[in-house]
Amino acid sequence: MMEKGLVELHEELKSGKVTSQELVEESLKKSKEVQEKYNAFVTILDDAKGEEVTEDILSGIPYGIKDNYSTKGILSTGSSNTLKDYVPFFTATAIENLSRHGAVPVNKTVLDEFGMGGTGTTGHTGIVRNPWDKTRMCAGSSAGSACAVAAGVYPYATGSDTGDSIRKPAAYCGIVGYKPTYGMISRYGLFPFASSLDHCGVLTRSVEDAAIVVDGMKGIDKYDMTSWDSSDIHLYDSLTKDIRGMKVCTIKEIVDISMYPNASQELKEHLENFHKTLEHFKELGVEVEEVSVDSTLLNAEPSVYVVISCAEATSNMSNLTGIVFGPRADADNYIDMMKKYRTEGFSPLIKRRFVIGSYVLQAENKNRYFYNAQRVRRLLVDRWKELFKAYDAVVLPVGSGPAKKFDDDKDILDKNTAVLEEHLQIGNFGGFPSITIPDGFVNHLPVAINITGNCYEDSKVLNIAYALESTMPYKNQVAKEEN
Amino acid sequence: MEDYQVLIGLEMHCEISKTKTKVFSSARNGYSEEANSFIRPLDMGFPGTLPVVNKKAVEMALKASMILGCQQPEYMYFERKNYYYPDMPKNFQITQETKPIPVGIYGSLTYDFNGEKKTVRINNIHLEEDAASLDHYPSFSTIDYNRAGVPLLELVTEPDMHSAEEAVAFLETMRSIYQYAEISDADSRKGQIRCDVNVSIMEKGKDPKDPKNWGTKVEIKNVNSFGGVRDAINYEIDRQIALKEEGTYDEMEQQTRRWDEDTFTTIYMRSKVDAIDYRYFVEPNIPKYRISEEWKESIRKSIPKLASERKEIYQSEYSLSEYDAKVLIKEKPVSDYYEETISLGADPKGAANWITSVILGYLNKEEMEIKDLYLTPRMLVDIMDMVRDGKISSKQSKEVLNTVLEEKREPKEIVKKLGLTQISDDKTIRDIVVKVLDEHPDLIEDHRKGKNTFDFFVGQVMKATRGQANPSLTAQIIHEEIDKR
Repeated sequence: MMEKGLVELHEELKSGKVTSQELVEESLKKSKEVQEKYNAFVTILDDAKGEEVTEDILSGIPYGIKDNYSTKGILSTGSSNTLKDYVPFFTATAIENLSRHGAVPVNKTVLDEFGMGGTGTTGHTGIVRNPWDKTRMCAGSSAGSACAVAAGVYPYATGSDTGDSIRKPAAYCGIVGYKPTYGMISRYGLFPFASSLDHCGVLTRSVEDAAIVVDGMKGIDKYDMTSWDSSDIHLYDSLTKDIRGMKVCTIKEIVDISMYPNASQELKEHLENFHKTLEHFKELGVEVEEVSVDSTLLNAEPSVYVVISCAEATSNMSNLTGIVFGPRADADNYIDMMKKYRTEGFSPLIKRRFVIGSYVLQAENKNRYFYNAQRVRRLLVDRWKELFKAYDAVVLPVGSGPAKKFDDDKDILDKNTAVLEEHLQIGNFGGFPSITIPDGFVNHLPVAINITGNCYEDSKVLNIAYALESTMPYKNQVAKEEN
Repeated sequence: MEDYQVLIGLEMHCEISKTKTKVFSSARNGYSEEANSFIRPLDMGFPGTLPVVNKKAVEMALKASMILGCQQPEYMYFERKNYYYPDMPKNFQITQETKPIPVGIYGSLTYDFNGEKKTVRINNIHLEEDAASLDHYPSFSTIDYNRAGVPLLELVTEPDMHSAEEAVAFLETMRSIYQYAEISDADSRKGQIRCDVNVSIMEKGKDPKDPKNWGTKVEIKNVNSFGGVRDAINYEIDRQIALKEEGTYDEMEQQTRRWDEDTFTTIYMRSKVDAIDYRYFVEPNIPKYRISEEWKESIRKSIPKLASERKEIYQSEYSLSEYDAKVLIKEKPVSDYYEETISLGADPKGAANWITSVILGYLNKEEMEIKDLYLTPRMLVDIMDMVRDGKISSKQSKEVLNTVLEEKREPKEIVKKLGLTQISDDKTIRDIVVKVLDEHPDLIEDHRKGKNTFDFFVGQVMKATRGQANPSLTAQIIHEEIDKR
């Protein structure tokens, strides 16, 4: 049952073929199996109960919450030892909104600690395994959400995306990952990583479901000044496969195989598959053009992300002292208490990022690093906005191939493919709506394509994805373990 | 002392007390005896909470900026100042640095110093959140987060003051501005005003326009009363002069000190080289927003007449003495009371007399504030009108006013109750006067010889009327009747 999409589940619930309680029980049972095999959850909500089924598609249907969303009365750890015992007394707005639609949370999913990582290996409860191949990673940071949705625990789970934390794991797990325009979903109650880049979003198995869920999560929020009124946007109702006459572009410097003289077999296949996918656009009456973007600008992108995200993170996470909340450390004075708590609580990766963040904000370095990063961010966003004047979307492959093995360390960047790996971050720089959908297999593992459009054009982006999805056989695909 | 010129700059922090809620959280902005009762999740830095700007606080900050003649920014930004301290659980303070520009830059304030006009240049004024208040005890400290997140205005002046008294006069003027513009109660007893003071000395005769001659700047942190500002400056001037005289001044590094209220001294905290790097950056959770001309215009219109302006009107239009004018403007509620009395038709001089002598005396004695006074401006006007119309004597009027305050009843009722209607009828008084004169022909003779028997006649008339005869009319009729004989 849990492998079905939302509309179908809703119909079954309405017709009485299944009850919400039965769905919840199935989802909980599945959660335990998935936990056993892939370690996707921080908490399984054993006492979750079915909800009343209404006209609302989301009503009575189970879902998962990434563990960096604050949930009242439910452990919310951010997958960090620093919050391993933290039970909030307020719920994130996006989750409140889903509850209003009758959605039923059944578990809290593992992430890279506070969303700061792209491997799904840095959470305090251990690594999350890829449901297609246990020896591979899910990518991150929404690793548990991607794993659970791909494994068929439920139709969707919430995610958050600061660099590519929804869209990359979606790609590695063969599902859909969508982050809408910045501010469409309130961030109130989302544990911050880098506030100017953080987005809420969702992982699903179809574009349709992504539209339904984000319709349920979004809305202006008086507790988040960056949220905006999207009450006249109805993503699900606006879905159409008719995108005839649209124009999309791809970027030569990223997708041309000649850019990668030492390309691995996987990369070659991935790019070939991407170009094959572009052919589908022609069937849909969409023009595809290859444009050129200055590679100096493109190559600066990964560093820009590191500088800005680390700087904001250092500051955002300075509230974690273990004094007001979190497991308080034992020491003689408050300074030693904080030091001990932070030294023992954070993983080495995060600490490294804090050091970078502090360094780039120091008075003597600020202009060279932080302000320059802001400048390049602006240049990249301006370039993309320019592209959006001529094209309805930018389409690019996600990553340099399928899910990586655990022994490849994603955080040691391969200079050659760095931009290919990191370009999704431009979607965060500009706050652009951006969606990843599966577009094939390499090495029996899923690979994906990303579609990114201009701010506030979420419907257009979803429709392009919706139409493209219909030309391929991957809609509602559930992970089939090969190994 | 005579050999040196003193340069003083101030950083004045004043809480905005007139907003309902804090500057970025929906917790109440107020003073409470109960610690930690006005807090919301944001004030405690809970994960996932976000700041939401209180528009009213921005409006008040812009108002202050306009009063000081500063330039206002086109866009409003906030920045984070990062530091770890228990008074701010987020471990950063949302504030405004000078780039991008805060609510105000480059203004000036002209104020009165012992009858002389002085001008201080304002470098900038910015809006930020206050931190919690800490109390330190020998073995522990307590923290009250009620104050954390209260809107705070920080005003930074150029070093344009040259004595402790000038600095205090400037601060008093600013306090009055905050009160008059209804930005803050500006009550230092509630900790609403706190200052950092910069002091340096330079040899007289050197060019004061050249910063190289300004001497070494010493910053004194956290001076919490105007008296403290005066004492700290004077102590610091003496200390620095002593260093000059000893010849060790040039070894002194730019430094931060703190004022110690127990020993009345300044104590070394840190050198400029150890200045904290707060790693400022623009607060990403508050989108920059445009300050429209219309909004600015409506704020500008809302600025009331300030104390200095009122004082001038009182002296030039109402012909009050400088002393009376000063007394009336000292507290805005008193000045407002006075202006309301005048707007109800009272004679400005008469009203001023009533307020400065009788009413303020009463408030002082009873330790009351004018807003709690039963006697409204309208009642005061009623009493003044009765005197003017001769219905009661001015002597009686004081009795009426005191009884009104005691019994909390309308003046007219009190006049009736006390049976205090004044006799102003010419014939009634004349009949009594004639009778009194007829009974004392000898005293009329004495009066003519230059002896003072006049008061006796007045007294007899008053006796006969139980004090209700209009005194001036009585005097006039006595004169007339004596002259007739």
